[in-house]
Amino acid sequence: MEMIVCIKQVPDTNDVRIDEKKGTLIREGVPSIINPDDRHAIEEALRIREAHGGRITVLSMGPPQADDALREALAMGVDEAVLLTDRAFAGSDTWATAYSLGKAVQALGDFDLIIAGRQAIDGDTAQVGPQMADYLGLPQVTYVRKVKVGKGRLTVERALEDGHEILEIPLPALITVIGDLNEPRYPSVRGIVTAYREKEVKTMTAADLGADPEKIGLKGSPTQVKKTFVMVPKRAGEKLEGSVHERVDALIGRLRDRNALR
Amino acid sequence: MDFTLSKEQRLVQRTVRDFAEREVGPLAQEIDQSGRFPVETVEKMGKLGLLGMMVDPRWGGGGLDTISYSIAIEELSRACATTGVICSVNNSLCCWPIEAFGTDDQKERYLRRLATTGLGAFGLTEPGAGTDAGSQRSVAVREGEGYVINGSKVFISNAEKADIFIIFVLTDPKQGSRGISAFIVERGMPGFSVGKIEDKMGIRGNGAGELFFDDLRVPRANLLGGEGKGFKIAMSTLDGGRIGIAAQAVGIAQAALDESLRYSIEREQFGKSISKFQAIQWFLADMATEIAASRHLVRRAAYAKDRGRSYSVEAAMAKLMASDVAVRVTRNAIQVHGGYGYIKDYTVERLYRDAKITELYEGTSEVQRMVIAGSLLR
Repeated sequence: MEMIVCIKQVPDTNDVRIDEKKGTLIREGVPSIINPDDRHAIEEALRIREAHGGRITVLSMGPPQADDALREALAMGVDEAVLLTDRAFAGSDTWATAYSLGKAVQALGDFDLIIAGRQAIDGDTAQVGPQMADYLGLPQVTYVRKVKVGKGRLTVERALEDGHEILEIPLPALITVIGDLNEPRYPSVRGIVTAYREKEVKTMTAADLGADPEKIGLKGSPTQVKKTFVMVPKRAGEKLEGSVHERVDALIGRLRDRNALR
Repeated sequence: MDFTLSKEQRLVQRTVRDFAEREVGPLAQEIDQSGRFPVETVEKMGKLGLLGMMVDPRWGGGGLDTISYSIAIEELSRACATTGVICSVNNSLCCWPIEAFGTDDQKERYLRRLATTGLGAFGLTEPGAGTDAGSQRSVAVREGEGYVINGSKVFISNAEKADIFIIFVLTDPKQGSRGISAFIVERGMPGFSVGKIEDKMGIRGNGAGELFFDDLRVPRANLLGGEGKGFKIAMSTLDGGRIGIAAQAVGIAQAALDESLRYSIEREQFGKSISKFQAIQWFLADMATEIAASRHLVRRAAYAKDRGRSYSVEAAMAKLMASDVAVRVTRNAIQVHGGYGYIKDYTVERLYRDAKITELYEGTSEVQRMVIAGSLLR
């Protein structure tokens, strides 16, 4: 099974603060990490490779520092890493990103499966995976929480708000995965050492991809951000006191009063 | 001079911190209360390559440098000092001497296991040979193709669960410390047994206890580094071990600072957070400063070792200072917590007890001063 895993390097939002005036994230001094959903995508690819063989390439688009995220994926055990990095990609929205990653996938050659995390914690759009599938003309399933590999097909469980559906899709395909899927492994010491001393992160520019300059970066991005603002909680929280029974009764009473429960 | 960590070292730090916070820290209180040896953590550390971090990959190790090693021990100890020392003993006191002095056959049979799935212990201390480690009583007598060993050891970390032991015994009692030899022995060899596991003040889960050798027959192939080389092996092994213990002390102290910061921000007295009071701020500032100084001494010793320079004095200084700082910082952390810090529900109570051992094992603070003064007056 030839697999491509798409990952994004994001600021660790546990540490991130917000510039209330500008409405933007203060990224200075905030450690960068592999987007949490993407770690699950890497882990799933590693498990599929362990069970069925194959190769895993991680693919990312970002500034040169994103090299660290790709090295970490290498340390977890993936075979190859490719970073799309070029000033021309700067300012890409999800559409331009999906186009650029799609071009890279075409440049990488044959594959059976693309796995991406559901969404990135810095943007929360959940759009890049589906848009890539659309660009590449692949069948796609989002919110996958269980994967079973069959002959030329996958059986996947897709989480819904009120349950799940089980779908079968032919390969090649693209899936986006959620955290319930697996428990990502820690990179091993040996993995870290080889990732930095022996392995390579291949970089590709917009020209390497043969990307249409009108479709990448800020110019290729139809999304216009009109305004960002910080959500300020309007009401103070309230802590209910007493035994579990008393607290639950009090809570249900409140919900009834507000007609949230009948 | 560049104090920044390399990318590789930073990823080691983040990975071990993550592992320690999620898998090690949550067990710390239970281990402290019960004195249980955390075998499941040892297995997990083995899978991650934390048991043989600096061992050559040829023997199944990670091939890390000593700075990364000190970072890993600091992070583990920050979550759980018991786990920190279990790991440090295996790396510094068991893997290292076999890699440095062992034959390829010994490395194949023992180092590979220690670096992956096994657990080691280092048997030097005897009831009458503590700081005076040269006064060994345990004896090995040559017989046929091997040796017959009789004697005992005390306070041996990991004794409860280790399967590979490096022990030091006299092969020539007339020669004093130059008559000491090191042997690799295994749990299960006839004549080898583990005695009482001590009920200790701190690091309560590291299974420290007695070893007994009762006509223990050991083949010559298990002699480490040649007859009479034992004392030298023990002393040079402890030089590296001290980097591990110093790193453990830094980790314990850092945990005490973390707890003090969190608590002082949350706790209110006189209508405001106690972190607003200068009395508390001075504690925090001193803690942070002393921890930073200790950490730099640890990394300086590790750096010297990585460069192939002598590091005995650097390691002694690092351990002397870091252990002193760990005891002071944990004591002051209790002061920041007030009466709550004296209660077992609060982590700083454990940290204070855990910190004390770092002034004692792998050479007391007085031994470190002997090493340092000895080099000054040479």
